[in-house]
Amino acid sequence: MSKLLKISDLSIQYNSEDGNVRAVNNIALELEAGETLGLVGETGAGKTTTALGIMGLVPNPPGKVVSGKIEFEGRDLMNATEEEMRMIRGNKISMIFQDPMTSLNPVMTVGEQIAEVIEIHQDLGTKEAMSKAGEMLELVGIPAARVNDYPHQFSGGMKQRVVIAISLACNPQLLIADEPTTALDVTIQAQVLDLMRNLKKEFNTAMMMITHDLGVVAEVCDKVAIMYAGEIIEYAPIKQLFENPCHPYTHGLFGSIPNLDEEVSRLTPITGLMPDPTDLPTGCRFHPRCPHAKPVCSQQTPKNSVVEGEHRVKCLMFEGLVEKVSINEASSKEVG
Amino acid sequence: MSSVTSAAKPVGLDKPKTKSKKRSQWAEVWRRLKQNKMAMLGLMIIGVIIFCAIFADVIADYDTVAIKQNLKARMEGPSAEHILGTDEFGRDIFARMVHGARVSLQVGLIAVGIAILIGGSLGAVAGYYGGKLDNVIMRLMDVFLAIPSILLAIAIVSALGPNLFNLMLAIGVSSVPSYARIVRASVLSIRDQEFIEAARAIGADDFRIITKHIIPNALAPVIVQATLGVAGAILSTAGLSFIGMGIQPPAPEWGAMLSGGRQYLRYAWHITAFPGVAIMITILALNMLGDGLRDALDPRLKS
Repeated sequence: MSKLLKISDLSIQYNSEDGNVRAVNNIALELEAGETLGLVGETGAGKTTTALGIMGLVPNPPGKVVSGKIEFEGRDLMNATEEEMRMIRGNKISMIFQDPMTSLNPVMTVGEQIAEVIEIHQDLGTKEAMSKAGEMLELVGIPAARVNDYPHQFSGGMKQRVVIAISLACNPQLLIADEPTTALDVTIQAQVLDLMRNLKKEFNTAMMMITHDLGVVAEVCDKVAIMYAGEIIEYAPIKQLFENPCHPYTHGLFGSIPNLDEEVSRLTPITGLMPDPTDLPTGCRFHPRCPHAKPVCSQQTPKNSVVEGEHRVKCLMFEGLVEKVSINEASSKEVG
Repeated sequence: MSSVTSAAKPVGLDKPKTKSKKRSQWAEVWRRLKQNKMAMLGLMIIGVIIFCAIFADVIADYDTVAIKQNLKARMEGPSAEHILGTDEFGRDIFARMVHGARVSLQVGLIAVGIAILIGGSLGAVAGYYGGKLDNVIMRLMDVFLAIPSILLAIAIVSALGPNLFNLMLAIGVSSVPSYARIVRASVLSIRDQEFIEAARAIGADDFRIITKHIIPNALAPVIVQATLGVAGAILSTAGLSFIGMGIQPPAPEWGAMLSGGRQYLRYAWHITAFPGVAIMITILALNMLGDGLRDALDPRLKS
């Protein structure tokens, strides 16, 4: 399969009066057609900025793409003009935003909003676009009779379905979903994820799922990239990541999830907070919070080390510079 | 496909069919406005005035009653023949007021229309693009705002000559800055909302975003300001006509009628009183409607 999306060495900064916020630092990602990639990380890890970077929508000023290359279907999006980007947005790459309550225009009917994207990208009249909008609504499980309803007449879960209908209306090759289920409660979350997975399969759309919920990742993704302080610190196919998490941070994330099989009085959260993005720590970005940190961690920046196949990790333990602790065992002792 | 719909069904939010009737935000606003008695009273008064203006020729003939002088019947008080009396040239005051309503409403609506069109687009552009463009436009508006609007209107009319069109232009232009500021403020609050970003993410260009997404959402405060603005424009017309810069005699206009009758205030009170009352009632009605609209459009009072 050919690469649908190839990001290399992408860095994005926000320039503010208090200094440069280095939101995304030299990340590299690849995505094949029909594949789902999970982008996981804490708030402020740079997940959304990465997504906006792909769409060419980083707010400028203050945001700025400092370096890097984003290739989509073999075309460099960094060199595309604004006009060309507009033809791609919504048509080939579309995006689902976090909060369905605010991502629909309150004074337009949902039908008009779905029809809008069709009108922009396809040579269809208003009437045809509206009837296609009705079809899209049916597809996401809302009766087509409701095309003339306004967003405030829908519940949160239904609004997110409408947003999904808008994003899939032009049958895009890539769908970027920015925490699509965060604003929804758990049962609706499951339905929306189900819907997205089915539609993705039906249209063979590649998807980039941005989330901080490893449960969502386990449910829908083929591959996972863990982001921390604007870097991808671990990248692996889903199975390998869940069976053999290598980076201490990834491991910390798993430690923060309740486990149904074990009886634990307290969860083990990762100590400390995300570093200030205007003043990132030297060496490994994670070393101030890492339970296995050694002095060398603050001096040497880790490179990507291959664990197995596509499984890559950025940690000095895998470069042989720090004594390798089997973190799986170490933490099970902590828990015990 | 079938698996999709079956997976979706349990949401159970398919509301009964009665809801499928198109019921917009504006229908909701209208429902709330109807509950406000003052606003409805204002709307009714405005309706009557508009009715008079439209059917002015049916109510009283322009050439024979409103314009033609009849020096035998000067300054007569209200009677069966002339229900509001006659003016200093023996013309029927009621007929002149009915025809004057045409001018006043026309000037009020068109002047506000001009102001909204120019001020609104300037404000929308300034608010949406921000930065230097915003600064240039808004500082220019500040310069305009520093000149009292009635003085600006007088200056424009003196420069262009007093006629109906110049009057509308003068009053419209002099109230441009206030609309620019209102539109800019509401565009600023809408610009950063997620649905604008979502519109950008589906490939909409700036023109589409401004006209289809931002302006419809920024309309509420403008509508309120416009109803109050029509009142202000009518008052300005009356003021300009009073000092002779507006509608020229013998055409009937409320302000000009006031002006013409002021010398005879001691002998014939009705010449000035009735046009004055007409101006007052019209403006009161417009203000009541504007207040009601503001309440009806305020989303915080929605429940």
